[in-house]
Amino acid sequence: MKQFLSFVKKEFHHIGRDKRTLFILLGMPIMQILIFGFALTNEVKNSQIAIFDQSNDLATQTLRSELDASRYFDIAQDLHSYQEIEGAFKKGKIKLAVIFPENFANHLNHFNTAQVQLIADASDPNVANTLTNYATAIIMDYQDRITNNRQLPYTIKTEMRMLYNPQLKGAYSFVPGVMAMVLMLVCTLMTAITIVREKELGTMEIMLVSPMQPFKIVVAKAVPYLLLSVVNITSILLLSVFVLDVPINGSLLLLIFESILYTLTCLAFGLFISTKTDSQQTAMFIALTGMFLPTIMLSGFMFPIENMPLPLRIISNIVPAKWFYYIVKEVMIKGLGIAAVWKETLVLTGMLLFLLVLSIRSFKIRLA
Amino acid sequence: MITNNTAIQAETLTKRFGDFTAVDAISFEVKKGEIFGFLGANGAGKTTAMRMLCGLSIPTSGKATVAGFDVYKQTEHIKRSIGYMSQKFSLYEDLTVKENIRFYAGIYGKSDAFIKEKTAFLLKELHLEAEANKLVRSLPLGWKQKLAFSVAIFHEPEIVFLDEPTGGVDPVTRREFWNMIYKAAESGITIFVTTHYMDEAEYCNRVSIMVDGRIDALDTPAQLKRTFEVRSMDEVFLKLARKAKRAAD
Repeated sequence: MKQFLSFVKKEFHHIGRDKRTLFILLGMPIMQILIFGFALTNEVKNSQIAIFDQSNDLATQTLRSELDASRYFDIAQDLHSYQEIEGAFKKGKIKLAVIFPENFANHLNHFNTAQVQLIADASDPNVANTLTNYATAIIMDYQDRITNNRQLPYTIKTEMRMLYNPQLKGAYSFVPGVMAMVLMLVCTLMTAITIVREKELGTMEIMLVSPMQPFKIVVAKAVPYLLLSVVNITSILLLSVFVLDVPINGSLLLLIFESILYTLTCLAFGLFISTKTDSQQTAMFIALTGMFLPTIMLSGFMFPIENMPLPLRIISNIVPAKWFYYIVKEVMIKGLGIAAVWKETLVLTGMLLFLLVLSIRSFKIRLA
Repeated sequence: MITNNTAIQAETLTKRFGDFTAVDAISFEVKKGEIFGFLGANGAGKTTAMRMLCGLSIPTSGKATVAGFDVYKQTEHIKRSIGYMSQKFSLYEDLTVKENIRFYAGIYGKSDAFIKEKTAFLLKELHLEAEANKLVRSLPLGWKQKLAFSVAIFHEPEIVFLDEPTGGVDPVTRREFWNMIYKAAESGITIFVTTHYMDEAEYCNRVSIMVDGRIDALDTPAQLKRTFEVRSMDEVFLKLARKAKRAAD
């Protein structure tokens, strides 16, 4: 035990001396949460639009002020000819143009139908889609109001409710995503590097000649990073609750337990990398391509797995982040208990055990 | 014969990697308190032999005991009885002198009182009191090397294995380093040292020279020179090493 403690103490000295890395390790989750929370949002807010109103009557003016009043749009420009439309898009200022033809109100009143054209900048298809949906909704809203008094032959009204995230906030999905990413980075990358560094330095040899068991060396290496991860989990959760207003709907205890399970899996993966490599560069490269990229691409955090081709969907199953991301969403956002996530928890536990057995075995083989 | 006076005993000790015989049935004995030079060209099998004796590698065949413990079954006991210093500089540059000593003493399970007392004594002896809380990175190479040796024998092992301990060190520091080795040997520690410097071979009590995995010569430096009818260890080494068929790695 005393051996073990002196080793852990030494690891803390290493981490403490390297202020820059420590700063990155502890600052990164905070930075990422803030960047995702305030800058990199896929919600559409205050998009600049242009209006080409050839009718300029009561109906178009009402619609115009309603578009302007919504938090999605700001009218940046009034157009006066079709030629101007393309120019406005080319300048890149506006994302959407709304075009009312001549005699809009007249047509509406006398023929019961009128047309409005929405032209969107589809160089970003998701944004274009969202903007036209929002604009259509505002226009439909207006139509509902003016038809209120008249009897239409058939109408189907859809009523939507967004469960768990009624305001459709992006934070609900990226908080779990950032957790999966940061823990992976700290644990896998740092454990792999720190063990391989000892090999490069030649200190690993000294350690192996000492009476300290290899197993203890490995555990002692992992302890500081486990603690760092707990600090990171705490700061991410505090930020998401108090700054981003993402509530923890489920059990905090369960959430922390799952996070630690995931952390251990990442540590075991880092350990496995370190037993297979001899240089820090190789270790870093493997950790980044083997773990970091799949975590971003295949966890469902950035891109929905359901839409991927079958081979990718199958591969995504071996990415621990995918399971963790799912668990966090279920527990934190939906407020579900262990009954809802026990299968995913088992998968993570299985991965952890598999990686541990694998790395302890290859650690021993190296010694023989 | 293993006697109370034997530190290391090897009998037809062999290590094969597939078809390649890295160490070919070597037999020798090192007495307690002896400075034993373990020489050989690169690739002659020194490191492999040393790894077997340190319990890092299991021999293919043959027998060996280190500090009275069997290299097959009692590696844990062996590890407790030996110190080791490798050719790579093995202290942590980002730790202070004191922290390095504490760490290495700690992994040998030494008590706090022991560590405290001996650290003070050691720092005084190395004239490093003023640098105790400085990072090892800031010390000159010669001092680092001396510190590394002191750390390797800090836990008072019976035998210390030195793997080319003076590589890249200037002649003056080398001389000082050997004074430390003599002092350690006088206090009863057995020294098992590999080196490429033939002047250092002269400092050893006895020297073995490995060629192609075998020990081709083993005697005192004076006797070796007489046997090979040459004036220096350098010539002894060259005469033997030229016979090597194995390419250096």
